[in-house]
Amino acid sequence: MADQNESPAAQEAAAAQDPATQKNAQLLALLHRLFGEDTFTDVEEPYGLLTATTTRERIHDIIAGLQQDQELQVNFLTTMCGMHFPDKEGQELGMVYHLHSLVHNVRLRLKIFFPISDPVVPTMTDLYSTANWMEREAYDFFGIQFPGHPNLIRILNVEDMDYHPMRKEYALEDGTREDKTDLFFGR
Amino acid sequence: MAVNDTLEGTRKIVEEAEVQRPNLHPLAPSVNDFNQELTTLNLGPTHPATHGIFQNILQMDGERIISGVPTIGYIHRAFEKIAERRPFYQITPLTDRMNYCSSPINNMGWHMTVEKLLGVEVPKRAQYMRVILMELARISDHLICNGILGVDTGAFTGFLYLMDEREKIYEIYEEVSGARLTTNMGRVGGMERDFTDVAIQKLRAWLKTFPAVMSEFEKMFNRNRIFMDRVVDVGAISAERALNYGFTGPNLRAAGVDYDVRVMNPYSSYQDFEFEIPVGTKGDTYDRFMVRNEEIWQSLRIINQALENLPEGPYHADAPHYYLPPKQAVYKNMEALIYHFKIVMGEIEAPVGEVYHSVEGGNGELGFYLVSDGGRTPYRLHFRRPCFIYYQAYTEMVTGQTLSDAIVTLSSMNVIAGELDA
Repeated sequence: MADQNESPAAQEAAAAQDPATQKNAQLLALLHRLFGEDTFTDVEEPYGLLTATTTRERIHDIIAGLQQDQELQVNFLTTMCGMHFPDKEGQELGMVYHLHSLVHNVRLRLKIFFPISDPVVPTMTDLYSTANWMEREAYDFFGIQFPGHPNLIRILNVEDMDYHPMRKEYALEDGTREDKTDLFFGR
Repeated sequence: MAVNDTLEGTRKIVEEAEVQRPNLHPLAPSVNDFNQELTTLNLGPTHPATHGIFQNILQMDGERIISGVPTIGYIHRAFEKIAERRPFYQITPLTDRMNYCSSPINNMGWHMTVEKLLGVEVPKRAQYMRVILMELARISDHLICNGILGVDTGAFTGFLYLMDEREKIYEIYEEVSGARLTTNMGRVGGMERDFTDVAIQKLRAWLKTFPAVMSEFEKMFNRNRIFMDRVVDVGAISAERALNYGFTGPNLRAAGVDYDVRVMNPYSSYQDFEFEIPVGTKGDTYDRFMVRNEEIWQSLRIINQALENLPEGPYHADAPHYYLPPKQAVYKNMEALIYHFKIVMGEIEAPVGEVYHSVEGGNGELGFYLVSDGGRTPYRLHFRRPCFIYYQAYTEMVTGQTLSDAIVTLSSMNVIAGELDA
């Protein structure tokens, strides 16, 4: 029975690829229609997940607009997390939002980048209660500020920590040690 | 105070309460009664009833919770940071230590994420083996949660029954991977070894005996008056709020939303199996309990189907760049030695890219967001831990409830400290 099942299942999986790209195209068209084509840069689909970069000025409008949209109902914030690219001048820090439409089963990844000297991002807590701790985590790890957040304090690390440990300048090992050169591991 | 005053006062409270709050105990103080003095109660961090290290500072009005401030991070181990310095295969043990009640799901989820990045196709047999192990893990996760919920309501017997069964599941793990709790099971590209005959025997024997125990457990609890009085309407959350809070897994399904990653985005051949997604209606503790019980039965269905239809063939992908060669070959064969060395030293070539993969973990959507810059380690790895996301709703869920309700709500939410703090 297993052998009989195998080929139709594989075919189904292959066929399922197609609707996914269609849904992505539909979602992208919706994004362009609602927020304008200039709003999004670097639109791609790595591993089937629609990814777009936008600006922090627009991100709140976009996520709010998607939440209220009746067509695709992208109203589930799966996760959000910070990023740090020290080499990208003026765009060192980033936030990545994973959104999901549970009704139409289409996912979306939105990214924003901003300078590390001005790490301020609008809060999503007014749209999603779940953003509360995610933003506290991003603040804790990367030092990203979310004006309007009800309680922006560290969440996983101790209160009196004076740096943001997920930034790339903090190596995992103690940087002052000279007996452990890091030729093989680490960045 | 004169006796008459007290009696009269009591009578008045009872009368008012019967009018305003018909479902509450008549002597339960009202939340809005400002004459009551508030008490600050420190629940945790090491309270035995919290089953893990997290603290809640509760403002209490008598028995009732007015507000709460949760503090988490007591066992934060910076997995996301550590993962940035580890080759992909060394990250598997980190995932073990997130939701340690169902480590195989975490392991497989991570392997599948890396396989997605590398573009490795896993053979059908390995996928079915993974399904069997993941469903065993789901069952053991739910057994703990529901067993502990029984303990928190004062029923120890059911817990002991279920622990016995969990022990048998752990013996199967042991036979498959050599470990019991933190399993580090499987490899990128498949399983590290095929199921042994003993493993299959143990699995079949367990599949025969477990349903009777589970039925007995359900008989003991499902319609038990005492149990129902403790859990019905306790810690309820609406579907709308649950979605806004990012609930996933049994907690979301108990609120009536049929979101299950196994069905929505099938991975590891879940589309081949027939099973149902149980949903609740109210999202209260009882619904969560019942949803988990039913999911155990559905997982059993999946395991039976997977075991009956277990395809023949290899148990790992033919991907020598990523999958460790057999040890004997390493001693005799030059290529095997080279691959062994490269894999162990983390010299495998990973493509540049980013991938998000999620699996249905024991308590919700467990997601891995992996950003690779082509180096030996992830550039950034973010874990979407379902506990971390839904535990924020806890304060809202228990406000206005009694302390004992808060305890059963906490245990029915299945918050695992290791995953919460990562």
